[in-house]
Amino acid sequence: MTPVEIERIFRDEAGRALATLIRLVGDFDLAEEVLQEAFAVAWERWANGPAPGNPRAWLVQVGRNKAIDRVRRQIAFRGKQTELQHQMLLDSVGADSAVDTGALDDDMLRLIFTCCHPSFAIDVQVALTLRTVCGLGSAEVARAFLVSEEAMAQRLLRAKQKIRLAGIPYEVPEREDLEPRLTGVLAVVYLVFTEGYAATSGEELMRTDLAQEAIRLGRLLDALMPDRGEIKGLLALMLLHDARRASRETAGGDIVLLENQDRSRWDRHQIAEGLALVETALRLPGRPQPYAVQAAIAALHARAPDFAATDWPQIAGLYEVLLRISPSPVIELNHAAAVSMVGGPARALDLVDALQARGGLKGYELLPAVRADLLRRLGRKEAAREAYLAAQSATRLEPLRRLYARRLKELEG
Amino acid sequence: MQYLLLIYQNEAEYGKMDAETGKKMTEEYGVFTQSIIQSGNFKGADRLQPTHTATTVRVRDGKILTTDGPFAETREQLGGYYLIEAKDLNAALSIAARIPSARTGSIEVRPIWVYN
Repeated sequence: MTPVEIERIFRDEAGRALATLIRLVGDFDLAEEVLQEAFAVAWERWANGPAPGNPRAWLVQVGRNKAIDRVRRQIAFRGKQTELQHQMLLDSVGADSAVDTGALDDDMLRLIFTCCHPSFAIDVQVALTLRTVCGLGSAEVARAFLVSEEAMAQRLLRAKQKIRLAGIPYEVPEREDLEPRLTGVLAVVYLVFTEGYAATSGEELMRTDLAQEAIRLGRLLDALMPDRGEIKGLLALMLLHDARRASRETAGGDIVLLENQDRSRWDRHQIAEGLALVETALRLPGRPQPYAVQAAIAALHARAPDFAATDWPQIAGLYEVLLRISPSPVIELNHAAAVSMVGGPARALDLVDALQARGGLKGYELLPAVRADLLRRLGRKEAAREAYLAAQSATRLEPLRRLYARRLKELEG
Repeated sequence: MQYLLLIYQNEAEYGKMDAETGKKMTEEYGVFTQSIIQSGNFKGADRLQPTHTATTVRVRDGKILTTDGPFAETREQLGGYYLIEAKDLNAALSIAARIPSARTGSIEVRPIWVYN
């Protein structure tokens, strides 16, 4: 096998192999260490021959043996007093039930739910998920958060300590706890996606790697827990947004807004997949799920031949559904933008001003941007200029800053 | 595992509680405590006198320094604790959520340090 092929297998299998090893050895750090050792062995063996039929099971097996070796060495080193304790660990590590496929799937869910435990701050949940479930290196995770690798390594170390010391269980939550916990997991996945789709700061608008990881997580969750409308909805939402990736910026890294995007560059294959998922999600029994409704909105955009021919009344209506089932200032702002396409910018401006008066979006940088756009369309140049300036100073993302600068220039002309 | 559930609440507001509500609260605490004794989670518990009765002690350069009041002035004050035995953090959190003061104040859940 070529190094590239081997690395791809590592990338694909790291999360699941780690998930099972954590259950077998009962410790995050030990599991990570023995998995690294298993990778080292694989690296040598697979380079000189074919990969095993089931590389994941192979990696788990080798990792487990490495763990058993370590425990044996510790027994020899520490003497008899802790022997019993270690023998118990050895027995559990040695237990053979471990490697069938069903158990491996459950392990992956255990790992995801543990990383997204609500006793962690949300950014810690995201970091842990990227590191252990997605198998990103600490350096890559650090880059996603714009912090130093050292700081990120420290944060991850602390989180793993907390799992052990605070007794965060390695399990999929029970029936009554499952709903709120799954909501938390999906929030983490969506956060990874949105940071990849439109970064909050930095030079680049999109971080394709993060968006891809989020979609991968979405697919994984959908495969592990089928018949979940909220999962299918979120996956559809991510696929439909991401399908527009190629048209969302110029070669120079400038933002291209939806109305100006070259729709022939949208990924039709991904759109078809997203549309099918939305249909399924909306047809599942139960109340409509927020992600599925958002995906339905994205689907209307994806279906529209051009900006003007978009079904704006239905989009505005779907935002009203969202305002009922999961109200938030961000949804209100999006609703206002849709209303501007149905009832005109003046009506939308009333909604945005009312929202601002309530202080609901304090510090949310897109509010002045939406206001500015509405004022521009109303021909209120001076007020628009002020709003664009406010938007410009609020954003930490360079491409957005350039977009507002272009708008300001157009207003002068 | 053992956890200490530290009960924090705003003393001033708690003090303003009328007699009727206070009595109900005490009853609720009684029922809760009985339930975790029966389930085998209970290891110990105490209610504390208010922070105006507190004295903080430090030793610096060999000298004992005492100050009137608690270590830190905060919006919520430590008012009591439960020491419990629980299977894992999830179990500890759901017990903490049943403490009557969780509805008005907050409960900090801390695992007990185990020496090997």
